[in-house]
Amino acid sequence: MKRALRNVLFYAVLIGAWVLLAKLKVWPPYLFPTPWGVGEAMWAGFADHSFWIAIGVSMRRMLLGYGLSVVLGIFLGMSVASSKFLEQTLGGLLVSWQSLPSICWLPIAVLWFGLSEKAILFVVVMGSLLSVTISMETGRKQLPKIYSMAGRNLGARGVKLFLNVTLPASLPYIITGLKQGWAFAWRSLISGEMIFLTLGLGQLLMMGRDLNDMSQVVAVMILIVVLGYIVDGLVFRTIERRLQQRWGLAPA
Amino acid sequence: MKPNMQNAIVQTNREGYSRTGGAIHGKPARSATVLPLREPSAGLPKVSLKNVCLNYQTNGGEPLQALKSIDLEVRAGEFLCVVGPSGCGKSTLLHLIAGLQRQASGEIRVDDRTVEGAGTDRILIFQELGLFPWLTVAQNVGFGMRMKGIFKAERETRIREYLRLVHLAQFKDSYIHQLSGGMRQRVALARALATEPDVLLMDEPFAALDAQTRDLLHDELERIWAETGRTIIFVTHNVREAVRLGDRVVLLTFRPGQIKREYVVELPRPRHLEDVHVAGAARQILDDLRDEINKSLEAEYGDEARA
Repeated sequence: MKRALRNVLFYAVLIGAWVLLAKLKVWPPYLFPTPWGVGEAMWAGFADHSFWIAIGVSMRRMLLGYGLSVVLGIFLGMSVASSKFLEQTLGGLLVSWQSLPSICWLPIAVLWFGLSEKAILFVVVMGSLLSVTISMETGRKQLPKIYSMAGRNLGARGVKLFLNVTLPASLPYIITGLKQGWAFAWRSLISGEMIFLTLGLGQLLMMGRDLNDMSQVVAVMILIVVLGYIVDGLVFRTIERRLQQRWGLAPA
Repeated sequence: MKPNMQNAIVQTNREGYSRTGGAIHGKPARSATVLPLREPSAGLPKVSLKNVCLNYQTNGGEPLQALKSIDLEVRAGEFLCVVGPSGCGKSTLLHLIAGLQRQASGEIRVDDRTVEGAGTDRILIFQELGLFPWLTVAQNVGFGMRMKGIFKAERETRIREYLRLVHLAQFKDSYIHQLSGGMRQRVALARALATEPDVLLMDEPFAALDAQTRDLLHDELERIWAETGRTIIFVTHNVREAVRLGDRVVLLTFRPGQIKREYVVELPRPRHLEDVHVAGAARQILDDLRDEINKSLEAEYGDEARA
């Protein structure tokens, strides 16, 4: 209750300051939008469906790209963790390549795939693949040996052992990496869409700039923050909490 | 020493004949004292190990002989206990029989089939149990059956049956962390039994439990053993526990692990851990074990142990 009150107060002051700055016209309105202008832009965006379409397109790209990178990343991470040779060679390469911002892949993607859906998916996959791979690799290495021994002992082997024992057993270790992968994919997607102009939230942002509509720019930015928060705060945190309860890592 | 205790255990050396004289009166293995629960069948051995050796490479790169020419036969339905100091390779022996690890040389056979990897005819209950925390109690118990591809209806019947056997029926939907240590042990036991193995391998399963819980589980294990007729190989460092449970006790030496001696326990069942006869029999084994414990302590603490 106290915490909620503090937050209400905090946002009231924040918006108050915004109103004040806008009213005082410290900066011209086309550079510094008013809160009600942003509100109107938000309303208009949803009313003419352009925001809904952008959200739909961006989310579809996220689900495809992120899904692909999770599957690939789990496979890659497992391979790296299970081979000393791969660990010492590919493992090092993966870590060093993580410093490359994923948007750097866009030129290659455009040359390879043209200005197509594939190019943007490629950027999204490259954005999150490495963090999923690395977390899977470390998760696999931290995993106590006892689970796979018990699994083999009870008659699980090969793919069955992986799907029924190794993967669920390593989930608590890799959930942070999966979450980070999602955040990276989200960033890659928006930056990709800003450069690569076919629908999506990033394109909406650039359209606002082209139309000199600062209210729309800010409205879309808020939308991106809210969507990111919903996925992170609701989806991933729920999964994490469930895991912790099942495993007894946190009070139920 | 009480007079009737002298019949309690029969000590044999590796060639199988009885040692006589001294504090222990030797008796042939098939003496008049008959076990109330089962007469050990004289048929083919269930598990047999022939000249099994295993070498380790220590972290420093030195070769270390973990097990040296182990010859062992376990009859069907027998309750065999293996005792020895820590680090003597008791657990390793079970891992070899379970097929989770491979011996350097020698042969392990179960029912005349050579062991080539893990199989659900031999289920090992690990010291750390290795229960799956992401599954409920019922799902843990059903895991082996699910891997075997047994249908759901059949699986659920058997899960119920085995949970009832270990008195955990009302905890079927709990997760592992919600259970006490003794309950977890029973889940592990039910999970192992549910795959209906011929041989149950138990690696110091009760070491971490409090005395009351352990006593209870001894009783339950003995009852389940009598009801299901499984062959059990039970590893422990607790000699009294070995005498309490075993038809036969095998003593391993410290590095390399070798069979030093075997004892046939002929005390009537059910036995009790605090029983004077159990304690007396344990003392005889413990005397033989003491040298090995000293060797293991020396290896662990160096010269301090000698002081």
